[in-house]
Amino acid sequence: MADTPAESTTQADSPAMRVRETFPEAVEAVHHRLGEATVVLKADALPEVARWLREEQHFELCVDVTAVDFWPQEPRFHVVYHLLSVSRRQRLRLKVPVGGKRPTVPSVTAVWPGANFYEREVFDMFGITFEGHPNLKRILMPEDWEGHPLRKDFPLGYEPVQFTHNVDEIERKKPYAKQ
Amino acid sequence: MGLVQNTIKWLLGRDMPDDVAHIEQERQRRIEQMLIPTWEEGEKGPRMLLNMGPQHPSTHGVLRLFLELDGETVVRVEPDIGYLHTGIEKTFEHKKYEQGVTLTPRLDYLSNMFNTWCFCMAVEKLLEIEIPPRAEYARVILGELQRIASHLVWLGTHALDIGALSVFLYCFREREMILDIFEMVSGARMMASYFRPGGLAWDLPNGFEEAVTNFIELFPERVDNYERLLTDNPIWKERTQGVGVIDTETALSLSVTGPILRATGLAWDLRKTMPYSVYPEFEFDVPVGSRGDVYDRYRVRVQEMRESVRIVRQALEKLPGGPFRVDNHKVAPPPKEEIYLSMEALIHHFKLWTEGMRVPAGEAYAWVESPRGEMGFYVVSDGSARPYRVHMRAPSFANLQAMPHMAEGSLVADLIAIIASLDPVLGEIDR
Repeated sequence: MADTPAESTTQADSPAMRVRETFPEAVEAVHHRLGEATVVLKADALPEVARWLREEQHFELCVDVTAVDFWPQEPRFHVVYHLLSVSRRQRLRLKVPVGGKRPTVPSVTAVWPGANFYEREVFDMFGITFEGHPNLKRILMPEDWEGHPLRKDFPLGYEPVQFTHNVDEIERKKPYAKQ
Repeated sequence: MGLVQNTIKWLLGRDMPDDVAHIEQERQRRIEQMLIPTWEEGEKGPRMLLNMGPQHPSTHGVLRLFLELDGETVVRVEPDIGYLHTGIEKTFEHKKYEQGVTLTPRLDYLSNMFNTWCFCMAVEKLLEIEIPPRAEYARVILGELQRIASHLVWLGTHALDIGALSVFLYCFREREMILDIFEMVSGARMMASYFRPGGLAWDLPNGFEEAVTNFIELFPERVDNYERLLTDNPIWKERTQGVGVIDTETALSLSVTGPILRATGLAWDLRKTMPYSVYPEFEFDVPVGSRGDVYDRYRVRVQEMRESVRIVRQALEKLPGGPFRVDNHKVAPPPKEEIYLSMEALIHHFKLWTEGMRVPAGEAYAWVESPRGEMGFYVVSDGSARPYRVHMRAPSFANLQAMPHMAEGSLVADLIAIIASLDPVLGEIDR
């Protein structure tokens, strides 16, 4: 899995190390692999760290928000944030592990308004709720879709395509569709 | 009293019965979420909620916009996307890495080389391999030609949307030359899949250099022609200057990258600022605008086409010989001649095409400067032959968020210009 420990060299000047120095109790781990700095954060510290990263460390651009499903492991999801500092030309990855039962992460849309669509996408695809998001609704899938397609327990292929008129029929044929 | 209630009262001669009240509730909820268009009384007369797209030709694909209009002024815009959602990220998890390559051009179909390039870079980063210089140079040449082709589609359709038909015909004439080069190289005009993890699918064909030389000799003059039609054209200026303005700070906070960000005056081009591949070896400028309006985006993209020609010319001069893919047969197949003579080559060939390449466990994020902004691939591997998770950072997806900011308060006609200047490709927005 992605979390198997590899060489975790410490780079003194990296923004990841500065996060650990400033928020020692919020940071679970720091990695430097393949030239990329990663900070594993606790979910409740996210808004504070995000604000500090934007205002003090000049990470102006929230490049990407996504998630990875490690089902059936716990914590099941990793919400992954890719940040970019335009003025310092640095990149940083934040990872927030979330449990599988009622996964919830605080929203960073107040810090980076650009995270809006990305958080909606993660909500749509993984069913992770972002607390404080101004408009959290499905973005890619139809509004009345059931389930979250990018979860690992969502089946792929050999399935009838779900439309509004055949939902009952699919559920009758497929007892595990609701699980 | 809502429309449904009124109709029912008129039909039945009495108030709506309780058992259909939920229909009205559902309708109100849908109006609030802008799911259905309707009329509402506003302060300045009736405000119209209008549905634009997904079949409207100026929405460049299947973009659907909900507009709240006060007369002709746009009060609120909400993009509704997902009509082209094909679940590429889910499909990726069930395909081998080699098979995944053929999915990448389907994202941003107007700049498919960049998608494949970015995916290959992410896999190469995980494999920790360096690809041979010939492959890097070929990628730069084809990538920059792709940038020109993509900008030509943008320029043609942008001008067409505003009413200048002939530019469209000229742009597609030149784009056809680039697509011919792609067909010559890969066999496909649009879905090339020519870059593979570890290098190229096969070597550049005979006559490639002549074809590219012909194109770059001819093209700068053609750009002059487009500019003669548009740059100082008073109608074009009237329609684009001061329209859809966005400043640098707002653009950054909304995760906007690419020509839209550069048009605001910030010289942020990943080829220069966070170089990848062999870009540090080339001399080129990063065109920037100053006002951040539709006209500046036009100027920036047209200049980028000229800079791309400069890069292609330099890369073609320096194009080295040698191998076109890595010599590591765990990643790239051995040459066909070796298979007949060497046992190891045969085994590698067999293992590679049946099991696929095994990528070490880990995660990597690779980025390229695509014609629309930062294209990124986040690949998570669990050590098997199939990626555990692949996520694409699509530039159009993030850039679309800036549209409400640009369009609110403008006229509906300006909205058309704004959509065109964003250059969205719905294939990568919906994935």
